[in-house]
Amino acid sequence: MSDIKDKLGMKSKQLGGIAAIGSIKSLTLIIFLVLFLILGKIFVEGIEVINWDFLIDSPRNNMTEGGIGPAIFGTIAVSILMLLFAVPIGVFSAIYLNEYATDNLLTRLIRASVNNLAGTPSIVIGLFGFGFFILVVGKSIDHILQTGLLFGQPAMLWASATLAVLILPTIIVTTLEALNSIPYSQRAAAYGLGATKWQTIKYVVIPQAKPGILTGVILSLSRGTGEIAPILFLGCAFFLPELPIAQINMGLFSIPMINPTDQFMHLAYHIFILATQSTNPALTMPIQYGTTLILIMITLLLNLAAIIYRYKFRKTLEITGKG
Amino acid sequence: MKEVKIKINNLSVYFNYIQALNDVSIELYANRVTSIIGPSGCGKTSLLRTINRMNDLMHGFRLTGEVLIDGVNIYEPEIDVVNLRKLVGMIFQKSNLFPKSVYENLAFAPMLHGIKDKKEIEEIVERTAIQAGVWNEIKDRLNENALNFSAGQQQRICIARALTVEPDILLMDEPATALDPVSTARIEELIFELKRKYTIVVVTHNMQQAARISDYTAFFYLGHLVEYDKTTRIFTNPANKQTEDYVTGRFG
Ligand SMILES: Nc1ncnc2c1ncn2[C@@H]1O[C@H](COP(=O)(O)OP(=O)(O)OP(=O)(O)O)[C@@H](O)[C@H]1O
Ligand SMILES: [Mg+2]
Repeated sequence: MSDIKDKLGMKSKQLGGIAAIGSIKSLTLIIFLVLFLILGKIFVEGIEVINWDFLIDSPRNNMTEGGIGPAIFGTIAVSILMLLFAVPIGVFSAIYLNEYATDNLLTRLIRASVNNLAGTPSIVIGLFGFGFFILVVGKSIDHILQTGLLFGQPAMLWASATLAVLILPTIIVTTLEALNSIPYSQRAAAYGLGATKWQTIKYVVIPQAKPGILTGVILSLSRGTGEIAPILFLGCAFFLPELPIAQINMGLFSIPMINPTDQFMHLAYHIFILATQSTNPALTMPIQYGTTLILIMITLLLNLAAIIYRYKFRKTLEITGKG
Repeated sequence: MKEVKIKINNLSVYFNYIQALNDVSIELYANRVTSIIGPSGCGKTSLLRTINRMNDLMHGFRLTGEVLIDGVNIYEPEIDVVNLRKLVGMIFQKSNLFPKSVYENLAFAPMLHGIKDKKEIEEIVERTAIQAGVWNEIKDRLNENALNFSAGQQQRICIARALTVEPDILLMDEPATALDPVSTARIEELIFELKRKYTIVVVTHNMQQAARISDYTAFFYLGHLVEYDKTTRIFTNPANKQTEDYVTGRFG
């Protein structure tokens, strides 16, 4: 009888559990509240200044007036270029590592390095980018092509290449995971029907891994748009009212193209400038809120896209898991 | 007249240091169903995967001996594995349809091997589905995700998909183990139908099933071929004591 009571009498342990859960809950609540206050403040103040002109105009009057058009343009342009560098290299590296490379010391070392690279402070990546892309690659190109000083200086091209280095590990790791999650039976089905290795990868593995790969791409894109440390020395301009656009002459008409050898403005850097470098930070306050809100909204939208994608992906996985 | 389709001479199969098959010699006949039976780990799957060279993909795989199909050693260097796998279809224990529509599943191999004409592909889809006895169940649902179908239907779609490459030989690795009795019966009927056109090798753990569907039965134990004979003989009057113990359920 008392034995049973001992076994059933777990009240004190339960109390401990309740206390632990309670404190976790309240901590979560506090964090949530703080976050809510910050975001709420940014939203309320930011929405005041956001209108069409704010989105397309250049800063005016020592940045105390005008909009943030060039910074939005620069952010989007540099992010697109970043993806153009990072996605093909990252995805194909992961495909090679997962599907072709044999498991030996070298490939294990490469995998470990990729994981470690993901944790490198972004300022270090920035310094690497300056040293490698501008001083080594850019200067060499100038030297070989006799282009004077065109590539060997800070420019959007090198900024996006450096950001690509920053997000490359994330893309490789998520792609590896996505490829790994495709069961062997799916590959066996394709091989059994006489598909070659590359056909199996192309028609069976990649299509099924695509949602996972894209989630990784979107998440790293949202990380890449928010980083300034890597691009501080790489062509991120203080103030550049002209958009970095080159007109490509096609005879009768000309096509405007992003000019990757130009410098550019960037939302995250613009916020930093407004807050610390302007002659009158107090006057730029409303613009700071507006810029921050735009940057947060861009990141939020990208994350949302990733979440929706992942949700869809999980649904197809559930179907795959059945029967 | 029975004709030898697959001839295996002194086959030993290794995975790194594990020997999965030990000096196996056997002749499998065209248009007959051969059952491979034996306790878990005796090398049944290894044998099947040797016949369509799926073992090539396994880490540490090595073999000695010969595997001849229609008199040709399929491990000769000039053999194209892709063509071999078109000749030798494989069905797995669990359906492994692609998470795409039924049509895309059945059109996958024809398109892969260069058939572009849509009419021709539709014909293949219909013909193989009829052969595999699923046409009535899928004909109005061709664009539906294949994974929405029941396990039994999925397995028969897998068989249809294997037929799309027009193989001579069908290897089936426990094709009905994961199915209910009714679906199992349908697969068994199907195997009986298909042997008119194909050479069929079935791995099974179900003794009654082996007795029902196969003309010949091979009993394996620890990588050795213990006994190979007409199914009726294996189940009524086996020459070997181990075989008798196994088929009567005294061990394994
Ligand atoms: N890819 C592999 N790598 C290493 N060892 C393997 C591999 N495949 C099979 N083996 C080994 O070879 C032996 C035979 O395995 P096999 O899968 O052929 O047995 P089986 O008769 O099909 O068994 P079951 O009835 O459980 O399916 C086992 O000892 C197994 O561990
Ligand atoms: Mg097996």
